[in-house]
Amino acid sequence: MISVDIKKRLGDFLLDVQFDAPMGVTAIFGRSGSGKTSVVNAVAGLLQPDAGRIAVGQSLLLDSAKRTHLPPQQRRIGYVFQDARLFPHLTVMRNLSYGGNHDAARVIDVLGLGQLLDRMPAGLSGGERQRVALGRALMCDPQLLLMDEPLAALDAPRKAEILPFLERLRDDVKIPILYVSHDVSEVARLATTLVVLEGGRVTASGPVGQVLSQPETVPLVGVRAAGAVIETTVAGRLLDDGLTELAFSGGRLVLPGILGVLGQAVRIRIPAQDVILAKHAPSDLSALNILPVTITRIEQGRGPGVAVGLQTGDDHLLARVTRRSAQRMELAVGQKIYAIIKATAVGPEDISS
Amino acid sequence: MINALGPQEWTAIWLSLQVALVATVAALPVAIWIAYVLARKSFTGRQLLNGVVHLPLVLPPVVTGYLLLVVFGQEGPLGGFLKDVFGISFAFRWTGAALAAAIMAFPLMVRAIRLGFEAVDPGLEDAAATLGASRWRIWRTVTLPLVVPGILAGAILGFAKALGEFGATITFVAAIPGQTQTIPTAIYGLLQVPGSEPAVLGLVTVSVILAMGALLVSEWLARRMAKRLGGK
Repeated sequence: MISVDIKKRLGDFLLDVQFDAPMGVTAIFGRSGSGKTSVVNAVAGLLQPDAGRIAVGQSLLLDSAKRTHLPPQQRRIGYVFQDARLFPHLTVMRNLSYGGNHDAARVIDVLGLGQLLDRMPAGLSGGERQRVALGRALMCDPQLLLMDEPLAALDAPRKAEILPFLERLRDDVKIPILYVSHDVSEVARLATTLVVLEGGRVTASGPVGQVLSQPETVPLVGVRAAGAVIETTVAGRLLDDGLTELAFSGGRLVLPGILGVLGQAVRIRIPAQDVILAKHAPSDLSALNILPVTITRIEQGRGPGVAVGLQTGDDHLLARVTRRSAQRMELAVGQKIYAIIKATAVGPEDISS
Repeated sequence: MINALGPQEWTAIWLSLQVALVATVAALPVAIWIAYVLARKSFTGRQLLNGVVHLPLVLPPVVTGYLLLVVFGQEGPLGGFLKDVFGISFAFRWTGAALAAAIMAFPLMVRAIRLGFEAVDPGLEDAAATLGASRWRIWRTVTLPLVVPGILAGAILGFAKALGEFGATITFVAAIPGQTQTIPTAIYGLLQVPGSEPAVLGLVTVSVILAMGALLVSEWLARRMAKRLGGK
């Protein structure tokens, strides 16, 4: 459990952030300039807040009331920077072991670094660099891992190369991770908890699925990024059609592609703009997924859109429709309607296993 | 040409090398420290320190030499102290020539090394700190190795400057053969004597060879470093 409560004035910008993060991956999400990096720098000890308290589990890193301010060296925090920051004059092996040799063989194996050990950082690709930086942070046996947009500098194929490592890390290594990102599909795929920052303040926080499916979140994360995140399990595989049937509390969804073995947990993201609402169960529709839902919330946006919060089973969905159709359909909280989700709407980048 | 060099010229050459080497080696640690302070620390009086360091670069060398004479001479405040306490004397001795050369080379060394420090990403030092390295270990294993090209450039530049120093040296310690007469003061002295052109030409040749040698060595070292950091 990480608890952060800090205030810091940086010129005209006031950082005033409080949040608690449980185990697992906590994503700090926000536009550039929202103060994300300042928060992780304060946790790492590279930025001294004017006032506040930072604790990781039992260890107190900062408490301005008690005049405690551990230097970065004593915090046992692994920090993966956006620009990797490998030491250019040291080989990959010496970079890796700079902070320690904790579990070296396994880290090198899991991150696939065996072939790179004698190379110099300048000869590595962007993805390789981030893997080395991640390995270096892990080998100093951290009690917390900070990752500041580790994938932001990479193109899509390199991202796809690293994401599985991060997922394995989340599931295998039992250390909490603070993960800074402005990419909602990354967040949906990796994070368990989400903290949304805007202008130096926390505007929303909680479990990822909950925060992203709240209509209030839409203006915070952007229209394109808004959408529910749902945990499902593979319930059937329609091999002939190349489809997978996923079960969740609200029923079943059919998605293209073979997404896993039977019973495997699959997390999917359903963008709000890809959910269509209907008052009556439609028939003769090409879309495969029609779910009965209850309207929990209707949030007027600043533009022509309306965000509609939906409940199905124990899960929440989010739909974005125009204000005009919301009025014409006379949508109201408590109403029971149908949500139509085009099966292709959930792209492979939004699916994690 | 080299054959035209007599024992006195050879003495001047060896003395020059000794003076320049001692001046560079003695000034280097101080130059590294001052360059680091100027590149990384902000404090009141930073501009003043910067000005004082650069003063020998803009003052007429004769003025610097005279100031050295006043401060480090037998009767000078520092000169007297150093002689009484440590038995080190500068006036009209080769140590004085080395001091003058070091003072004159100092601003050039600081400038080159400071550029080196400014080229080192402080983010790398932050990264090392999060990996648990103490400040001393960060300095030793990250900052210093990355600033080595700048230090080499500064040292070679300083050495070349020290080798050629004339004005401050001749004002502070004169040009006593075997004591304080370096290549430049020897050339100047020979030029006053008719018929000594061959010896002058010999000394000039040696000067060019030394300067070129220093440049080539520094280029070679810089390329080696770049290659290592370039990862090829």
